[in-house]
Amino acid sequence: MKRLAPYLLILPGGLWLAIFLVVPMVFMASVSTQEGDVVNGFAQTFNFSVYGDALMQYKTQFLRSAGYGLVATVVSIALAYPMAYWIAFKGGNRKSTYLLLVLLPFFVSFVLRTVSWRFLLADDGMLLAPLKSAGLLPEDFHVLQTTFAVIGGLVYNYLPFMILPIYVALERVDPKVVEAAQDLYAARREAFTKIVLPLSLPGVFAGVLMTFVPMTADYVNAGILGGPENTMIGNIIQTEYLVNNDYPTAAALSFTLMAAMLIGIFAYAKALGTENVLEAAAR
Amino acid sequence: MYSRTNPAFLRGMTQSRSVTRRDALRLGGMSAAGLALAACGVQGKKVEAPPQDAVAEYWGSKKKNGRLRFANWPLYIDKDGKRYPSLEMFETDTGIKVTYTEAVQDIPTFFGKIQPLLAANNDIGYDLMVLTNGLQLSKAIALGYLVPLDHSKLPNFAANANSAVKNPTWDPNNAHTIPWAGGLTGIAYNPKYVDEVKSIADLWNPKYKGKVGMMLDTQEVANFGMFALGIDPDKSTEADWRKAGEKLKQQRDAGLVRKYYENDYVDALVRGDIWITMAWSGDIFQQVAEGKDLRFVVPEEGGTIWTDNLCIPKTSQNPLDALIFMDYVYQPKIATMLVEYINYITPVSSAKDLVLADAAKATGKKKAALEQIAESPMIFPSETDMAKLRSYKKLDPGEEKVFEDIFQPITQG
Repeated sequence: MKRLAPYLLILPGGLWLAIFLVVPMVFMASVSTQEGDVVNGFAQTFNFSVYGDALMQYKTQFLRSAGYGLVATVVSIALAYPMAYWIAFKGGNRKSTYLLLVLLPFFVSFVLRTVSWRFLLADDGMLLAPLKSAGLLPEDFHVLQTTFAVIGGLVYNYLPFMILPIYVALERVDPKVVEAAQDLYAARREAFTKIVLPLSLPGVFAGVLMTFVPMTADYVNAGILGGPENTMIGNIIQTEYLVNNDYPTAAALSFTLMAAMLIGIFAYAKALGTENVLEAAAR
Repeated sequence: MYSRTNPAFLRGMTQSRSVTRRDALRLGGMSAAGLALAACGVQGKKVEAPPQDAVAEYWGSKKKNGRLRFANWPLYIDKDGKRYPSLEMFETDTGIKVTYTEAVQDIPTFFGKIQPLLAANNDIGYDLMVLTNGLQLSKAIALGYLVPLDHSKLPNFAANANSAVKNPTWDPNNAHTIPWAGGLTGIAYNPKYVDEVKSIADLWNPKYKGKVGMMLDTQEVANFGMFALGIDPDKSTEADWRKAGEKLKQQRDAGLVRKYYENDYVDALVRGDIWITMAWSGDIFQQVAEGKDLRFVVPEEGGTIWTDNLCIPKTSQNPLDALIFMDYVYQPKIATMLVEYINYITPVSSAKDLVLADAAKATGKKKAALEQIAESPMIFPSETDMAKLRSYKKLDPGEEKVFEDIFQPITQG
């Protein structure tokens, strides 16, 4: 029994993943190389050219999504790190309150939060209208349907996923370590760059994983806040699947996206020093 | 932010074109529905058109069961508090008990849910449903998912349906569907910023750069590209599509188009983000009824008419009850009850006189509202407008691929 215990612990989760992740993935992989249409049926022809065709057809949206994901991730780190740092080191006994505030937006539907931006940022809305009438902005200035709006929406919606892991990493940094550094004549800046920052990098890595991947695949923000030049790959996959019923193309695009992101993440981990990161993250 | 409680406005919100509802549904349903679709796609097999005697063969043995399960769009039937007056009348008159469900909120998603069941010949839980004409409805017909209608049991439809809604191109002779309600695709504009609009060319007017709304739906947008070139979409060829694609690309490249919208164009128009846009009649009627100063026109070059259609899935448990209901709503009296609430185009044009008669009896606000409905060209289109209206092109699967490859790079470039 004792020897079985570890297996029993992993059984429910493992089964869950096997049934609801692995099986559909295998199925999707099979669909991606089929040919046909929904009316006449699909047949397996091992048509691997769909991958190249789909990639060529939608390379603009692929590159755009990766670009948006990257920029939004960097902006998220820039915003999240100071916040997490402040909560971890200066939050005192109100830390949990601040964390709750960070999580509060999650209590409102993701879509609704994004839609509310449209009211806030309308061309003649509550934010832009006063600035325009004061002559601070040109009449035809707009935020909605711009790249800025889409990236802003992405950052806004995924920011807590960056703050939390960085906070957890910083929270584990023993203040005595910083004191020790200072005792050894490290300036405050050196204590940060040489001690705190390296110790918090696993948190940043986890944050990047949790934001870059969903942000790159996101389709809600581009759909709601974007314009003709902001379509992301997620929107394309959605259209191919639900509107065009072109399952092979949609499946091929999904796998290509997944592969590209895995490669990107591993390259990033490698650059950071994989073993270090994974070890530290597991600690 | 959506404090307006007008039911038809909500109906608009929950329609297929609503980005909020649609995206909310997809967020939850994407993977599940998608996989279901994938699963069924493989089983999909086209069937030949039903032979003449298929109708007799199907209906010969069907009995009235006294039950009907009806799946419709939200807020798409007259409602009084929690009661549905027209359904209650139907129950009293026919003895058929109706289970009414607002199950249809987005055609691709709904189709995704029912398709695997229909492919496997299982009951979908509904005996009657409302599907908009378009790709999914055409697929449902091609796949033999819809029961061929016995028109000998639809005398009210024969007598009272507007000739414009009979025999649509996507379902010749109404073999599988009859309309529930419909709407127009035309141009809406805000007279505060835009002079009187008559022509589709105004959507290409450089004066409105960045303030033009077009639709994300490829069929809708393609139709307008074709109208702009004087092409009838229904009779269009691949060469016409390419020309229309060029025309639409010019418009996009010139920076005229603010966005390719789903139903959210309405809010953008009301807020002033766009000044002139492709629009659906029912949406604009609602805004005007609420006092917004907006205009809707069917452009000179043409507009489209679309319909939401009653149809019976092949696994219906109570098909005869469904057929009885389909005919029942074609009585002018019932059609009037429906149109007074729904505010979309009724297929029974004589309902107009009955709405006016109701208005004569009513007083105050109610009277004004009913008069507005009877007189609105968005609910009862004029003869001249009707003459300009065209239908969507019915695409077979091969054509669909070509069509999407031309127009999707424009709307989702």
